[in-house]
Amino acid sequence: MKVSMTVNGERVARDVEPRRHLIDFLRLDLGLSGSHAGCEHGVCGACTVRVDGEIVRGCLVLAASLDGAEVTTIEGLTDSGEVADLQAAFVARNAAQCGYCTPGMVMTAADILQHHKQATRAEIREHLSGNYCRCTGYQAIVDAVADTLEARR
Amino acid sequence: MKWPEFSYARAATLEEAFGLLAQHGEGARLLAGGQTLLATLAFRLSEPRLLIDITRIAALRGIALQGGSLRIGALTRHAELGRNRLVAQHAPLLAEAVPLIAHPAIRNRGTIGGSLAYADPAAELPACIVALEASLVLASAAGERRVAARDFFTGLFETALRPGELIAAVEVPVATSAARSAIVEVARRSGDYAMAGLAAALRLEGGRVAAPRLVYFGVGSGPVLAARACAALDGRVLDDAAIAAAQAALAEDLDPPSDLHGPPEMKRHLARVLTRRALSGFLPAAEAAA
Repeated sequence: MKVSMTVNGERVARDVEPRRHLIDFLRLDLGLSGSHAGCEHGVCGACTVRVDGEIVRGCLVLAASLDGAEVTTIEGLTDSGEVADLQAAFVARNAAQCGYCTPGMVMTAADILQHHKQATRAEIREHLSGNYCRCTGYQAIVDAVADTLEARR
Repeated sequence: MKWPEFSYARAATLEEAFGLLAQHGEGARLLAGGQTLLATLAFRLSEPRLLIDITRIAALRGIALQGGSLRIGALTRHAELGRNRLVAQHAPLLAEAVPLIAHPAIRNRGTIGGSLAYADPAAELPACIVALEASLVLASAAGERRVAARDFFTGLFETALRPGELIAAVEVPVATSAARSAIVEVARRSGDYAMAGLAAALRLEGGRVAAPRLVYFGVGSGPVLAARACAALDGRVLDDAAIAAAQAALAEDLDPPSDLHGPPEMKRHLARVLTRRALSGFLPAAEAAA
């Protein structure tokens, strides 16, 4: 079926199967491979993207249901410069190891920067609790988010 | 795993949704937030032939005061429930429950109607609406009917919904100044389904407990209203002895199954602990400190 939406500021229209989830749509149909498909049942958070300004699990959304929606992926977020400082903090703190969770982690961390500017370390952990990282033990990720929040205050 | 093949239809109005349900019968499932349904498809726990997207039906949206009730549209997302001022003022238990439900990205999509229709025995919202003596507004081509929350949950993942019917809204009696409520749970990790939880609502009238409703989740086939523990509290001055009496009475109320978390006795223990945690917040000293 036909679906048209705005992805990273660009209008796109495609024919999709109803069973196509948003992440496969982005990766396979649009070639935006920054968003990762991890568990594909809503547990790991690697597929976190923004739909109409709010973070969602890309693997738990039908592309077909998003006619008219605005989607932002890690590519769009990076190009806009919105999280350049956060990404620099991820590098400085060595908050990415294998990197598989990183795009989803940055999308969720950006949500903290946007909506929870006064978040404590405990609140950062709570907000990131739906994004799994099997490498870092999270400490460096929380450090990077806390550094960025602090620097922006 | 990828979803199995299915067809997709978007209903713009309730009438369209009822028409599609009538036409496709058991092979069709309603798609609201999709945060449970779509995960079950990935596991092949269900393989509907058709998903009917109801998320653009305006009649299922909105939160408004109507007489003595707060009407919460079925499509209200968890995140909206958590930040809505009317909910915070008139049904604070629901607002308090939101941070316990899954994770932010899921709360941005998942809906109250979807959570109630799915009726997971470990979910927070079913227990909350039973504790609050809410009603569900169920709509079908034949019109609307109201079902009390305590009668809605009929078994493990089973509800009073009939074929062709959907949840239109939840109506919660507004909280009075005497009303107290709390939700507490124990989960292994933040955002996981609870190993055991308690949604508690009661009134404090001159220090005495009135109309207590202790509703446990994650300990049975659905929300469990603990009748004996409630009876042990009703009419008493709320103090340590009253809380201990409620804890003791729980033994008769709960018959938890073993699950991956542990044996029944562990769940009974957790239920007793949660009972004290929830009720202690209503003790005069705790309220004075708050």
